[in-house]
Amino acid sequence: MSQTTQLERVTPADLRRVAGLASLELSVDEEHSLLRDLNAVLDHVAQLNELDTSSAAAMAQVSEVLGNDSDPTAALRTDVVVPSLDRERVLASAPDSDGIFFKVPKVIER
Amino acid sequence: MPTEIATVTPYAIEEIRSGLQAGAKRAVDVAEEFYTRIDAENPAINAYLSLGRERALQQAQAIDSLASGGGDLPVLAGVPVGIKDVLVMQGTPATAGSRILEGYLPPYDATVVRRLEAAGAVLLGKLNCDEFAMGSSNENSAYGPVRNPRALDRVPGGSSGGAAAAVAAGLAVATLGTDTGGSIRQPASFCGVVGVLPTYGRVSRYGLIAFASSLDRVGPLASTVRDAATVLGVIAGHDPLDATSSLEPVPDYLAEMGKPVAGLKIGVPAEYFADGLDAQVRAAVEDTLARLRATGAEIRPISLPHTRYAVPAYYVIATAEASANLARFDGVRYGYRAPDASTLSAMYRKSRDGGFGAEVKRRIVLGTYVLSEGYYDAYYKKAQQVRTLITQDFLNAFNEVDAIITPVAPTPAFKIGEKADDPIAMYLADIYTVTASLAGICGISVPCGVSREGLPIGAQILGKHFGEGTVFRVAAAVERSLQS
Repeated sequence: MSQTTQLERVTPADLRRVAGLASLELSVDEEHSLLRDLNAVLDHVAQLNELDTSSAAAMAQVSEVLGNDSDPTAALRTDVVVPSLDRERVLASAPDSDGIFFKVPKVIER
Repeated sequence: MPTEIATVTPYAIEEIRSGLQAGAKRAVDVAEEFYTRIDAENPAINAYLSLGRERALQQAQAIDSLASGGGDLPVLAGVPVGIKDVLVMQGTPATAGSRILEGYLPPYDATVVRRLEAAGAVLLGKLNCDEFAMGSSNENSAYGPVRNPRALDRVPGGSSGGAAAAVAAGLAVATLGTDTGGSIRQPASFCGVVGVLPTYGRVSRYGLIAFASSLDRVGPLASTVRDAATVLGVIAGHDPLDATSSLEPVPDYLAEMGKPVAGLKIGVPAEYFADGLDAQVRAAVEDTLARLRATGAEIRPISLPHTRYAVPAYYVIATAEASANLARFDGVRYGYRAPDASTLSAMYRKSRDGGFGAEVKRRIVLGTYVLSEGYYDAYYKKAQQVRTLITQDFLNAFNEVDAIITPVAPTPAFKIGEKADDPIAMYLADIYTVTASLAGICGISVPCGVSREGLPIGAQILGKHFGEGTVFRVAAAVERSLQS
């Protein structure tokens, strides 16, 4: 993408598509205010295009810039089996369970 | 309604430990004293969301038994500590300030919780915060805003508003907060307490309900630099349960803190003193620099040229990571499930719609958008590249200076409701703090003055990666300079 390309603004259809990806059900009021806020924030974000980043690496983790990634396994624990969380305690917080599994509504929709 | 909370002289950590060791006080009495004060003052402040009396008093009794047996007491023995409600404690509610986690009882302890208790701390309860730590004012909590103990019509800052307010109101000796874009430092500044942003990887994130995993840090708030440094010394260090946790040894922060600042080079970035900075905040930070110069520190102008791009880069990266992290809240394993859904996908949508508040939805939608097909390079990758440039600014600066001083926030605490309807104005309140978040460096917010209205003003001291010792050293000098 060239540095001068204007970023597109978000349309109501874009918003509904993204809300679907995020498993959010938005009311009409929510759609209205989110559309306004999203476009305002993205307008603000557009100023990043003033910068030439062609020679800058993308930074996903702080460790990448500390130069200590020569042995990425250094911080990893050994692969041994240890007890997991107690099933009863975990299921105690579940909205629905049969004591062994989490229960959910029908998965296949037709 | 009173306009502020009656002030109390805060206990120091060492005062409690030595009092218990000498048999002059009991940990159970100290805990009860704090619970009595919480019962009296918390309704006006709303700092605590839940109290864990049973577990706290059991721990206090264990400390008292150890003391009466003549055993050596650990460093935080009997010290009442509050925990931001995004960190989990087994069997104590953890809401993250969200309806979607109402009623959730975590089945395990965060590593920082285990370390605090192993060091003798008495964990009083869980502290209010913006929902999923998303906010700069604590107005986004599903359980109501926290009020600033120094001025009850004002915000305490956010997202660790409860953690800062509890220390300021004497409802805890120290607290743990979390900081993703300024969420420890800014409320510390607004409430007039000390708040530490540890280097990324310095403190384990195991048991932290994740917001933005490459940015999230856990750190202490306290009344003094010494107490904050003491708590960091307890919670810092490698944890095999957090793959980003660092193997770097933990130094003796109190020894580092005690060193003089004469000869230290302190950078002052011009970009942090530009338009938009409140005149009183500017004056307080400049006075601080003058006092540091008088103690022999060398004050140097520096430049961090990409500063103004930090807020947009931050809001792309943080929301992208949040949209992924918050996918786990779907009504299946914990928290709120919408009652009226007949299929799984409808249950996901209705549970998330009913469980999340407006700001969280705003950020999930923004984060999903910037990660979606066709926009990834333009937004997310671009922001990550800008993150590199911002980090490089700091690495270059730390070749020339030992520490950097800036304001923490452009203004003192603002009024409740003042910015609630303007997300951009709220995001810009983070302008001086998101830079260090992106770069992964450490920092602190330390009180450096008071406005004409009596509102606290904080100075931010930034240090290089794992440079907490130097940060504490400069912060202690700022603290001393205010007392003399």
